[in-house]
Amino acid sequence: MADDILTIAGTPFGSRLIMGTGGAPSLEVLEQALKLSGTELTTVAMRRVDPTVKGSVLEVLARNSIRVLPNTAGCFTAGEAVLTARLAREALGTDWVKLEVVADERTLLPDPVELLDAAEILVDDGFTVLPYTNDDPVLARKLEDVGCAAVMPLGSPIGSGLGIRNPHNFQLIVENAGVPVILDAGAGTASDAAFAMELGCDAVMLASAVTRAQDPALMADAMRRAVEAGRMARRAGRIPRRFHAEASSPLEGRAQLDHREMPAF
Amino acid sequence: MTTAHHPAQIALSVNGEPRSVPGGATLADVVAQLSSAPAGVAAAVNEAVVPRSAWGETALAADDRIEILTAVQGG
Repeated sequence: MADDILTIAGTPFGSRLIMGTGGAPSLEVLEQALKLSGTELTTVAMRRVDPTVKGSVLEVLARNSIRVLPNTAGCFTAGEAVLTARLAREALGTDWVKLEVVADERTLLPDPVELLDAAEILVDDGFTVLPYTNDDPVLARKLEDVGCAAVMPLGSPIGSGLGIRNPHNFQLIVENAGVPVILDAGAGTASDAAFAMELGCDAVMLASAVTRAQDPALMADAMRRAVEAGRMARRAGRIPRRFHAEASSPLEGRAQLDHREMPAF
Repeated sequence: MTTAHHPAQIALSVNGEPRSVPGGATLADVVAQLSSAPAGVAAAVNEAVVPRSAWGETALAADDRIEILTAVQGG
């Protein structure tokens, strides 16, 4: 689909599937899944250096020419998120950040006040900010207003696999957005990813649905196809829903048959 | 004698762990103890990011809180 490029902050992407790297049992399994997903943009987290760890997720991304998108996962305040983003910029040489500021560990739902605060500071500091947000059309609009390069509403809580709980809100966000809308969190299986694209999302971000699947590589392949299929269906324009049937075969030109007769075998 | 200006050892915190380093140690010295990676690592002293190019000239003081981070699987 060379004529259907996703553009975020002026950067083109051939794939509309953004992958996470968390939850994979090994770097080998992760790499196979990333390859089959076709992703061109993939998140990492920033954590304290552990000298005992061998191998790096950065090497996996580099040798597959996948752009790295650091996140601020685990941050609960705007201050923590801003410092984490600045450390990521220094470590990885990118001013892109997937901004996450969550309210508590049980729900991992975004804290809208801290999120908007952090987004504004980071945009002013020159970052390209992609915020993980609630599926709230008002908050999405405010995040765009402060200069975010995309909005990433959650379908349902991180890791829950519950899909898109409020499709109507997604439609409202898509309708209003002037920046890409990316489903973030909640996808459990391929139909969730396709549904997001059918609703008008520009891309889908997921991790657990692939990395914690029984066969991560197979699910990655399924997700790639689902995102493509959903996107194509959106562009094609679905038929309106009808309460009653509408025959697809013409009624005219039928044979005149005696409906009381049962033809012999 | 530079040592005359520095205490023999200073106590500070590195990634949340108490540590003792020789007086006059720089941020580059502390990072080198944890990582030899030529890239992909960032450091902050007392919540301020220090660019890699300045690690060698960043002197550490007692009670400094040093965070040394890298990218891991996540998100």
